[in-house]
Amino acid sequence: MLVPVEWLREYCDPPLSTEELAARLTLTGTKDERSFRYGAKKPDHLVVGFVRSVAQHPNADRLRVCTVDVGEAEPVTIVCGAPNVAAGQTVAVARPGAELPDGRTLTAAKLRGIVSEGMILSEDELALGSDHSGILVLAQGPTPGTPLSEVLPSGTDVIEFEITPNRPDCLGIYGIAREAHASTAAPLAAPPWSDDPGTFSGDAGGVKVTVECPDLCPRFTARVFDQVTIGESPLWLKARLLAAGMRPISNVVDSTNYAMLLSGQPLHAFDLDRVAGAELTIRRARAGETLETLDGQVRELDSDLVVIDDADGPTSIAAIMGGARSEVSDSTTRILLEAANWDGANIQRSALRLGLRSEASARFEKGLSPGQTLEALAVTTKLLIDLCGARVLPGTIDVGGPGPDAPQLTLQPDRVNRLLGSEIPSERCEEILAALGFDVLEVDGALRVHVPHFRRRDVTREVDLIEEVARIDGLDRLPATLPPRNGAAGLLTQPQRLRRLAEDALAARGLSEIVGWSFADPALLDRLRLPAGDRMRNVVTIDNPLSQSLSIMRPTLLASLLDAARYNVSRDVDDVRIFESGTVYRAADVLADEHHALGVLLTGAAAPASWRGGPRHEADFFAAKGLLEAVLGIAGVEFSLERTDWAFLYPGRSAAVLAGEQRLGFIGELHPGVAALWELGATAVWALDLGLVAGAAASTTAYKAFASFPALREDLAIVVPETVAVGDVIATVRAAGGRDLETVELFDVYAGEQVLPGHVSLALHLEFRADDRTLTDDEVATERAAIAKALAERHGGELRA
Amino acid sequence: MTALDRIAELQREAEAAIAGATDPKQLEGLRLHYLGRKSELPMLLRGVGSLDPSQRVAVGSAGNQTRKQLEAMISAREAELAGGEIGERLDISLPGSPPAPTGHLHLITETRRDIEDVFLGLGFSIAEGPEVEHVEYNFDALNTDLTHPSRARTDTFYIDDATVLRVHTSPVQVRAMIAQPPPLYVIAPGRVYRPDNDATHTPQFHQIEGLAVDDGVTLADLKGTLLAFARQIFGEDREVLLRPHYFPFTEPSVEVDVSCFNCASGYLRDGSLCPLCKGSGWLEVLGAGMVDPNVFAYVKDYGYDPESVTGFAFGMGIERIAMLRHGIPDLRLYFDNDLRFLRQFGAR
Ligand SMILES: [Zn+2]
Repeated sequence: MLVPVEWLREYCDPPLSTEELAARLTLTGTKDERSFRYGAKKPDHLVVGFVRSVAQHPNADRLRVCTVDVGEAEPVTIVCGAPNVAAGQTVAVARPGAELPDGRTLTAAKLRGIVSEGMILSEDELALGSDHSGILVLAQGPTPGTPLSEVLPSGTDVIEFEITPNRPDCLGIYGIAREAHASTAAPLAAPPWSDDPGTFSGDAGGVKVTVECPDLCPRFTARVFDQVTIGESPLWLKARLLAAGMRPISNVVDSTNYAMLLSGQPLHAFDLDRVAGAELTIRRARAGETLETLDGQVRELDSDLVVIDDADGPTSIAAIMGGARSEVSDSTTRILLEAANWDGANIQRSALRLGLRSEASARFEKGLSPGQTLEALAVTTKLLIDLCGARVLPGTIDVGGPGPDAPQLTLQPDRVNRLLGSEIPSERCEEILAALGFDVLEVDGALRVHVPHFRRRDVTREVDLIEEVARIDGLDRLPATLPPRNGAAGLLTQPQRLRRLAEDALAARGLSEIVGWSFADPALLDRLRLPAGDRMRNVVTIDNPLSQSLSIMRPTLLASLLDAARYNVSRDVDDVRIFESGTVYRAADVLADEHHALGVLLTGAAAPASWRGGPRHEADFFAAKGLLEAVLGIAGVEFSLERTDWAFLYPGRSAAVLAGEQRLGFIGELHPGVAALWELGATAVWALDLGLVAGAAASTTAYKAFASFPALREDLAIVVPETVAVGDVIATVRAAGGRDLETVELFDVYAGEQVLPGHVSLALHLEFRADDRTLTDDEVATERAAIAKALAERHGGELRA
Repeated sequence: MTALDRIAELQREAEAAIAGATDPKQLEGLRLHYLGRKSELPMLLRGVGSLDPSQRVAVGSAGNQTRKQLEAMISAREAELAGGEIGERLDISLPGSPPAPTGHLHLITETRRDIEDVFLGLGFSIAEGPEVEHVEYNFDALNTDLTHPSRARTDTFYIDDATVLRVHTSPVQVRAMIAQPPPLYVIAPGRVYRPDNDATHTPQFHQIEGLAVDDGVTLADLKGTLLAFARQIFGEDREVLLRPHYFPFTEPSVEVDVSCFNCASGYLRDGSLCPLCKGSGWLEVLGAGMVDPNVFAYVKDYGYDPESVTGFAFGMGIERIAMLRHGIPDLRLYFDNDLRFLRQFGAR
């Protein structure tokens, strides 16, 4: 809401600069969004001038050379291009040094050989209107040299305030003045509606108003005027409208807008001679009904919209847009002036649906008080009489009335301090509430509070009164304390701790964490080659997505990992090593089946190259498996892989990750067909359900004593058929090696000339250690024989010499 | 001269000779001279048995120690004399190998953890809840009017009429209250959704909300808690400014500004306007307030009597906090996941 400060100060004028006032109101809840200067930057060097004579410029057809009295010893010469300048006019003059609204600073300048010692101003140049066809001619009277600001509103500071939705009473200048009064203790002038030239007895020219939908129109008030003369508004009024961001139109429309800006209540003026039958009916529109609005558009209506009918049918969409038929025009002489109260939520929906938001609908949608209608009517009545020569007919139409009285509330001052942690005395509470327009009476130490009509929706409970006290007394005066924290612990849960550990483990191994979109394209499911009936096809679908390509919730982290990989690869990053820790979603009977997943994607090289050379490790299955082992090792989860073909993974290079029987996730190389869709080469991925990992994680581990007897080390070379899984060989070695076999490490896998075709040679490093004695070579030889026997029996394996 | 004195004398003498040796042959001679089978020190050690019992241990231990030290000195001097061969110079400017690359947490994760840690330290626990949420928990339980515009399909993603993508993490607070009677101190970090998409809004973003319900929790307690937060996240000298505001789920409601860490009262050293706070000296950081009695009324049956309990709640955007701390110019950078962005933060 734009508030011209000059206008505000008419009602409350605290001894503060604009900046200080804005800061003070911000602290009490009316936030200063920005402030600026409207019109002349400062009043200096702008004066009233009297044109003594006008002569043709010798060197330019369009220019005139004027002699202007500006209150100095000698008149000054001013070159002027306006066609309407004439001797004998009183005019607005800018002297050198003046700062004009458009930002120019005037200097004495030579125009076609003649020095002009200033400028005679137009309405436009003073930001008082849009007229730049000629200079502004002032009423005769003021002495030349009088500062222009004493005659004209030549400029004002404007503050734009953010008004919270609970405070529609602050959508008018007087409401802001009341806040300024409460916040600064500067006196508040009587409300502008206290002087109402209208009356309440009489038939208001016989106009009839019927409200068929009182739920949507709780109150409809109106007055009738005749002898109206349509014309331009006076400069002071135009200046205020412009500074408040509204365009002047005509004295009648400007009067209604001025009253709206002042009171917060919008009004509408009908040309009564064009209201058929001199009657209005307020009703819900019929579905399919159409209406041509003021902007020339034909609009289709529905039963949520409210229309205003005269005897010939609909004239306007209530509270949103007038109709062309009964609009005030230059020839209007009789006016029906309406101020009504509407259901805010309905107006909001309607304005949104029609795409028509205006200063008026923006106020109505906040839910105004029915009491504001008569206030706005009073202000406008006075303006129409003063500015348009109108005569108000006796009587005020009032359908609906003011509604029920606001309930009386009780405020216990000790409850104020108990909620705020403050020490505000009862008298201060009383003072604050009274300044805000509440009627307060102290009864037995408690405050009996009567809520004014304009706060009826917002203040309904004791706690609402406490808020009023808190904000006006000043939150800056509150101490900063900490809550008692009874029973507070401040610990991460085990799954939360594990999540951090897992993320840190991957980052510590050189991976970068991404944060992807939860939204995915339904086409993802086909791109991942998911078969019909796959669990991941069971997606959560958004009913009103931003676009079709963002219409499902990702069923797997692969969605965002692949997108991020493509993004970087397409920007010439060859090696991408990333992970994501986030939620994935599948449809469920109630809400969704969500779990926190951890996913890894590697493409390019699995590790940065060393200057010492050495083989380049590709981002393959085993690179991914190393990271999987690291994360599950940190979690203390014993896991196994079960060969499983996933649709989106490379057949034969993919597996399910298991902890016992529990499936934790998948690992594998991406199917080349899938990788190609994301423009990726060989890519390895895995993803785990971290919730399940947390469930399988080891709890506190007990200490296990370790022996100090020396170990016996032994290397084994085993040849097995290549169809045998290395993991099985190791398991056999472990089982056969007995309890003294401490370590089994695979350090080479070889297939080639040295071994039989179809076979592979494995090199294992074994360590034997007993916890109660030093093992002998003989004992180890026995174990070695047992291992050889088991390998032969189980896998057809053979020890090499 | 006692045996101990003699050992010390031998050690001094031998050390000087070893240090002065200039070739390996000379060293070998010294070894024989001082440590050889028939030299004085070993003889002395062998004769310990004939000493007075009170001296045996001291002499034996001193002799052995001297022998070990002299052996080590001779080896060291040998290595020194072999000099040129072991002292090969490395190009120490070469990078480490194999490389141990630094990885990174995402800036949102790093910032979230920083904020979590502040509140963990203050005694808050971390509560979590579903992102696909009941309309009831997302709106009704939080005193959101049935006609409130935030419920509109232009402002909320719907799954069906009764299910939404949560627009804030506040429903987690409701769930936390249902799960546990007061006293309750929780923060709820997480992902939330609103259908906006421009330079200042992304359709998904991250919030951290907090809730404290206990005996006599006050607005002053909220101020102190947020002051502690501001100082740990933005620096020791920060102040907080509470401005009255409006939220349906709190009463009184406040917006909280933190004094700008980039300038002094809005101006930089060179006198220009601070670009971060745009000259105001304050940064708008979060919304907060005292829990509205209507919110407690919703969970009344779980031990939250609106007549007797009080509490405060607050909520902030993680992206915004990170943006302020690190000067992130555009929200979309968070979700592009460009490695050149990711690698700037969260090093591990
Ligand atoms: Zn700053």
